[in-house]
Amino acid sequence: MLAQYLVSGLTLGAIYALVALGFAIIYNASQVINFAQGEFVMIGGMTTAACVEAGLSLPLAAAAAIALATLLGAALEKFAVEPARGASVVTLIIITIGASILLRGLATLVWDKKIHVVPAFSGEQPLLLGGAALLPQVLWVVGSSAAAVVLLWWFFNRTLTGKAMLAVSHNRLAARLVGISVHRVLLVSFALSAALGALAGILIAPISFTSWDVGVMLGLKGFAAAILGGLGSGPGAVVGGLALGLIEALGAGYLSSAYKDVFAFLIILAALVFLPDGLLGRRAAERV
Amino acid sequence: MSSFPTASSAAAPPSASRRGLAALALTAALLPLALPNAYTYEVAILVGINAVTCVGLNILIGYAGQISLGHAAFFGLGAYGSAILAARYGFPPLLALAAATAAVGALAWLLGRPLLRLRGHYLAMGTLGMGVIVSVVLATEDGITGGPDGMAVPPLTLFGQAIAGERTWYWIVAAALLLAVWLAQNLIESPRGRALRALHGSEVAAGALGIDAGRHKLSAFVLSAVFAAVAGGLMAHYAGFITPGRASFLHSIELVTMVVFGGMASTFGAVIGAAVLTTLPQLLTVLKEYEMVTLGAVMMLTMILMPGGLVPTLEKALAAARGKPL
Repeated sequence: MLAQYLVSGLTLGAIYALVALGFAIIYNASQVINFAQGEFVMIGGMTTAACVEAGLSLPLAAAAAIALATLLGAALEKFAVEPARGASVVTLIIITIGASILLRGLATLVWDKKIHVVPAFSGEQPLLLGGAALLPQVLWVVGSSAAAVVLLWWFFNRTLTGKAMLAVSHNRLAARLVGISVHRVLLVSFALSAALGALAGILIAPISFTSWDVGVMLGLKGFAAAILGGLGSGPGAVVGGLALGLIEALGAGYLSSAYKDVFAFLIILAALVFLPDGLLGRRAAERV
Repeated sequence: MSSFPTASSAAAPPSASRRGLAALALTAALLPLALPNAYTYEVAILVGINAVTCVGLNILIGYAGQISLGHAAFFGLGAYGSAILAARYGFPPLLALAAATAAVGALAWLLGRPLLRLRGHYLAMGTLGMGVIVSVVLATEDGITGGPDGMAVPPLTLFGQAIAGERTWYWIVAAALLLAVWLAQNLIESPRGRALRALHGSEVAAGALGIDAGRHKLSAFVLSAVFAAVAGGLMAHYAGFITPGRASFLHSIELVTMVVFGGMASTFGAVIGAAVLTTLPQLLTVLKEYEMVTLGAVMMLTMILMPGGLVPTLEKALAAARGKPL
């Protein structure tokens, strides 16, 4: 049983990690917590499902879903976050929550309120591995998430755009002084986060299905994972996501499945009380 | 908390707030003339109940500068506490309401001590987690709470007389709202209110002036929880039925949105925010499937165009028109 729980925990955790990375990237660039992040997960899954139902092949459908989410992410930055620059944290939170309601509403208009299925990428035949039945989709989830994390590492450490984004997160004014366009960095960070969210949505849809409202809880869990790892830390988001997935799967398996969300949030509350800056977060001090 | 706006322009002189309270009382007294049927009374009662919660939440968010994304938990616990004491333990409803409110206040005190040490987004996460836990517990413990389907609540009784009917409830809720606003305004204009505003500006600077930030934040948290619990209890006894949705994350978000929409650090802003955002979805039901899209768009547009909220933005515009600096 333990192996089974660990597998489902890692699968969930990989998804949470992708969503959490989206939160971290946007937070680093703009200090905004994007509460619409979960809706990109929904858009990834729903667009893929709709395209497949319309007869497109799965890779094309997935590419279309990521492209759409990327565009929407950039639009969110351009038309909602950019005009509100300088507004307070709470105001920005409300704006992104408004955006998430808008996106959910659009999803019910463009599609419907039904549950949709995305076919598994390579069949449903489970692989038996050390006593645990492994769905091939699980390998897709974990493998693609790992690949995404490696690509992100390469992007932030080896490309000029990625380094510019890191520079903005460290010191916006200094970044501007060396000629980095902060506006472009913001646009790229929203687009990138949206693409990551959509990827998570496409990967998980064959396992847990998709519908117009799946984004709410996935978004909250992603935010929780980002906080658990330490807001703004990339490795922290991955560790936080995996930890959250494992806690949830083990709690649901051994204690009570009705309370699986409670375990995750209880651990986070405890972690926050004892480590107020998250597992891998920067220690913050108030400047006077 | 340097990331929140400072409330330096707030603290209207006492005479202005007394005028505001009088205007609110007059509005509440005259409103029934414009309410043609039971349905409109129902909406007005909902506005009043949400306004009581928002006036409390505004003390925490607008004045103390601490965010809470889990306040619906206190609303829900007030509602369920009062309902369970009255329905399952035979408490007279009024006593049940008072006991539930006291219990929620004590719980907020216990939870607030560790939670309020967190700052900014971490505090948002902490309160959000608290809210999710409470709403899951309310939905799961069906032996006590009735589970996801909710539970019936006995009506409020006063002097052995059951209170029923939209008209009676309208006056009860109006009285509760006036009391809430009066209490909030008194608090804000007291030394304690000035201390809250000081630590909103800068906790370190407030500390240097001898203000015990932890104690003041905690008292604002407990007070806002008590307001929410009273509103929740009233809601339960008025509606005669409650579901765990009242304690959900979405309801918490609605409450914060009302406060921010109306204008932070403005008690009357909180009332107006509650009024607009409670009435709007009722009006939008005519749009049917376009309801959600419109609500989202309205939220985004108002916050983008008026980041300070409705009332402070209008106040500024009025002052500018009169040529007076604020």
